[in-house]
Formats: sequence, structure tokens, C-alpha cells
Amino acid sequence: MDLNLLQRVGPCEWEIPRHGAMRVPARIYADEALVRDMDSKVYDQASNVAMLPGIVRASYAMPDAHWGYGFPIGGVAAFDADAGGVVSAGGVGFDVSCGVRCLLTGLKRDDIIAVQKPLADALFEHIPAGLGSTGSLRLNGTQMHAMLTGGAKWAVERGYGTAADLERIEERGQMLHAKPGEVSDQAKTRQRDEMGTLGSGNHYLEVQEVTAVYDAATADAYELKLGDIVVMIHCGSRGLGHQIGTDFLRRMVAAAVGYGITLPDRELACAPIQSELGQQYLGAMRAAINCALANRQILTHLVREVFARQLPRARLPLLYDVSHNTCKVEQHAVDGVQRQLYVHRKGATRAFGPGHPDLPEALRRAGQPVLIGGSMGTASYVLAGTAGSEQLAFASACHGAGRAMSRHQAFKTWSGRQVVDDLARRQIVIRSPSPRGIAEEAPGAYKDVGAVVDTADAAGLARKVARVEPLVCIKG
Amino acid sequence: MQDRWEHFEHGADVGVRGYGQSKAAAFEQAALGLTAVITDVDRVAARDSIDVACEAPDDEALLVAWLDALIYEMAVRRMLFSRFDVEIDGRRLTARVAGEPTSVPRHQPTVEVKGATYTALRVAPTDDGGWVAQTIVDV
Repeated sequence: MDLNLLQRVGPCEWEIPRHGAMRVPARIYADEALVRDMDSKVYDQASNVAMLPGIVRASYAMPDAHWGYGFPIGGVAAFDADAGGVVSAGGVGFDVSCGVRCLLTGLKRDDIIAVQKPLADALFEHIPAGLGSTGSLRLNGTQMHAMLTGGAKWAVERGYGTAADLERIEERGQMLHAKPGEVSDQAKTRQRDEMGTLGSGNHYLEVQEVTAVYDAATADAYELKLGDIVVMIHCGSRGLGHQIGTDFLRRMVAAAVGYGITLPDRELACAPIQSELGQQYLGAMRAAINCALANRQILTHLVREVFARQLPRARLPLLYDVSHNTCKVEQHAVDGVQRQLYVHRKGATRAFGPGHPDLPEALRRAGQPVLIGGSMGTASYVLAGTAGSEQLAFASACHGAGRAMSRHQAFKTWSGRQVVDDLARRQIVIRSPSPRGIAEEAPGAYKDVGAVVDTADAAGLARKVARVEPLVCIKG
Repeated sequence: MQDRWEHFEHGADVGVRGYGQSKAAAFEQAALGLTAVITDVDRVAARDSIDVACEAPDDEALLVAWLDALIYEMAVRRMLFSRFDVEIDGRRLTARVAGEPTSVPRHQPTVEVKGATYTALRVAPTDDGGWVAQTIVDV
């Protein structure tokens, strides 16, 4: 990105001044190196988002921002319904409520090394991963409705996990005001066989070791110690969410003219929050959030079943579960006034600071765990929400590394076998149905997640707590 | 103009582009490009066929609707497709599509496609009298 187009606000904060039809400025949180490397399309897309009706304060881009659809990936924008604000299907994306959850295990590195390959095999066998894989659960119409309304709470009631898990999930595991009736039959059909599946692409399940602790007090509150083993699951709302994204993108593109909304890019398709279509989308999108929460809950149960056989003394309590493709109604102070806002986070993680009433008691003093998934074979990070982040980007932080190289280029550069062997030399065991998928997701195809996380910390979006590195990776 | 497909670069995802002597042929080629995101097209036998139909207000929206229809059929039928016979009549597209059930060992599917986007979307005549149909798909 051309730095001459930006005004530097701080060491890790840049402003795109209002120009053209922008209603508010855009802000980018990144250090100089990251912003220089950032795709110039992030500039265009962050500026375009700032043109949407009812946007509040600014359009934001996180340190890992890259070229997305309409919104940049790593984009945050809040809208006020009473000021003509909109909700955008493109601002949430196809994988509604894609997110990361982290399970503690009470185990240490040696426990895993002793069973590393059998554990990897058992996880790979037990957890459906990759295109065409199906879960063992089939939902009829009534059960589908209950799942889309109940989320992880529905899954727990069916025996997948415990009530204690729900405390450790955003929205206490159940997104309220979901409207399964607004979810198309196609979306429900697409989900029919996909409950409890990991998916593909950048989705994964990893057994990881805590290899650095940066903030001992917060790490204590999160029960993370150097050398501890955790399990991280990265996946989303599967076929149902993808189809809801598809359905509403099409409907919003067609309807925008009727609402008098001029779209700088069709992909920014949106509808006023206070419109029938806007409300239908919110109802369907919340149902998809529940689908994602239920899916990660079922996967958690499957992981626990494998550990119960392989490492029976391990208990796997949930540290936390975050979603990074959502639109949520939140209260935020804007110029000293509390306002109810519809906060879109597209490839951005909610990061509530210490004391936030939505956090469970045990985490309230420390702030929300912010789980940043790395790419396959690289480090992931646990951060914590800060007191100041609400005033930055409505309590939001980055979500991952972001690609540095296209899939095509990655496939030309590496073979799947070569990546597997490289990881094996670093004592990382990987299992995947697709060698080409492994090549396309090679660690070198992604940006350095460490630099992204350092910037999020330096900018005050969230503070670094711990680094984790993989020992076992199940790749879809 | 020879009918052909190619992929083009997008930071996180993949662009599919079809060239054809007609608009319908360009749509067929774009569909081959879609399959090629997932697997090697040559590995997919055109054994079983299904009919697909969609409608949209303009050519570009029709390309998105067409690719979305294929993504849906691949997902719910758990199939991959390698032959596409497309007819376009104004705003309406009808197609006979042939392929086979997905086999993980044989097709080694790389990634599932979530949906077609409106980003880098273009359906237009080319200088040499053919057509190009392209967009980015989210994986």
C-alpha cells in the first residue's frame, strides 16, 4: 500500500482521510512494514465500507487485513440502525461464525510425544475432515430447527460436552434471536450430513504446546503454563453458513437499488437493519452462528472421545471459543454516549476487555481470550482483550496470519509430500486427505502470524498472553 | 478463440476464468475451472448426469448463479462434475451436467468451494469474437 495515501496517527495506526463518498474515515492498525506489504485493495475496500449508510466512527482494518469481498478480510465496521445503518452479508462472509476454540488438557509435551502418531491417526479417523466427509449425525426438520435455535447449548443437551463448556463460548453458546425459518431449504439440505465435520481449506484441528508465556498473570487466569498441551479447533458453520451467505448476497445485490443504496462494489450488498430483508438476514445469520457453535461443540466431544481412549487421564475443559465472521449487536461508548451498534467483524475477533459483563466470572478480570490461529505448522497465539480496545475498533483484534501467496503459487512451489516431511523433521505430525491441500496450505504460503500479533499488541487491540506451536495437525 | 479455462490469482482464494466461442461455452469453461479448484478435471468421469437451471437479471449475475448452482449440487450430491452442456436463453440458463460421486482416494479433493463471489466478476465479449466469463470463488 502506498504510504503517501495515509496519515500516520500512531506507530501502529494509520488513517485514510475521508474522500469521495466516504461518510467516515478509515483506520488501519498495522506497523509500517505490515502496512507497506498490505494489498492496495485493502485501501479501496476499507474506503468503500466507509461509504455505507449509518456507519459509525470509522471503517477499520486489522493488522492481518487483506483483499476480501466487498469488506477487506480483517475488516470491522459498526452501524447504527436508527441512523439508517445497514447489515451486509458480504460484511460477514460465506463462512458465518467461522472461529477458533481452545481446549486445555492438563498434559505436557512428553505425554503427547509418547503417543504422537497413534493420537494423530485416531483423531484423523474419528474427526471427519475434508471435502465430501460426513458426520454421523443426521438431523430431521425438527432437530435442525432446534439446532439452529440452540447452538452449542443444543449440542450439550444432546450429550456433546458439558454445561461448563457453555460459559466459555461467546453468547454463552447460544445466539439469541435466530430465525431458522429464514434459512433456505437449500441451506438446510447442504447441512444435512455435515454436523460435526471440520471442513477444508484453512480449517484444522491441532494439538499444540505452549512454547512462550508473555503475560504470566493472565496466563494463570487462563490456566496456561509453559509446556502445557492444548487443542485448537478452527472451523465454521459448514454448508449451511456458506449457503446463507450465497442466498443473501444474491438477494441483497438485487434489493440494494430499491433501498436507494448506491454500492461502490456489488459485493458490499447490504440492506437497512430496519428493513424486512435486513431482519431476515440477521435471523438467518444468527441461526448460522448457532450452527457453527454446535459444530465446534460436537467436534470438541469427538476430540474428548479420542483423548479418553489414548490419554485417559486427560480432561479437556474449554478455555474459550471465538467467532471471527459475524455481525453482532453490542453496546459501545461513542464520544461518551452508549449506543447500540451492529458490529460487523469479517476476519476479525471480538476482544472484550477486563470487566466486560458478557465475560464469564472466571475470565472477567483478565479480559476475553482472543484466539489467533496460525497457519498449518506455525505458531498460534492466545491474546487477551484490553481495556482500551473498545475505543480503537469497537473491541476487535486480528484473526490470523493471512495468505502471502495464492493457492496456485503455493501448489507450484511445494509438494504435499515435501511439506509433510519438512513438518516431520520439526516433530509435527500432519494428517490430511489431500496432498495438494497440504501444499496449498504450506506454512510458507502465509504471512508471519508473529508480526501480526506483535502489531495487535503494540496497537493495543489485544495483549499477548501465550504462544502455542503444533505437535499434531489434522487438516481438512 | 479456443474454448479453455484458467485460474487467476486472488490473495486468499481462487479466480476461475472461462473463454469460449459463445457465452454459453465460456460458462462451460468457467465451470471446468471450478472443478479444477477442487481436483484434476481429468480424474472425474462424466458418468452420471443431472439437469441444472438458474435465472438472473444480467449476464454477470447469471454466472454467479450458475457457479452457485454447481457448488450446491456438488455439496448435496457429493459429486464432482467434468462435462457441462450449457444453453443460455436471455436471463435463463439450463444445463446438462455430468460427473461422478466424489472419491477421496481417487480425486484427492483439495478444498471445498463455499460460494461464488461478485469480486473480479466479468462476463463480456472478447476482441476476437468470443466470450470471457470469470469471477472469484471463496474456498
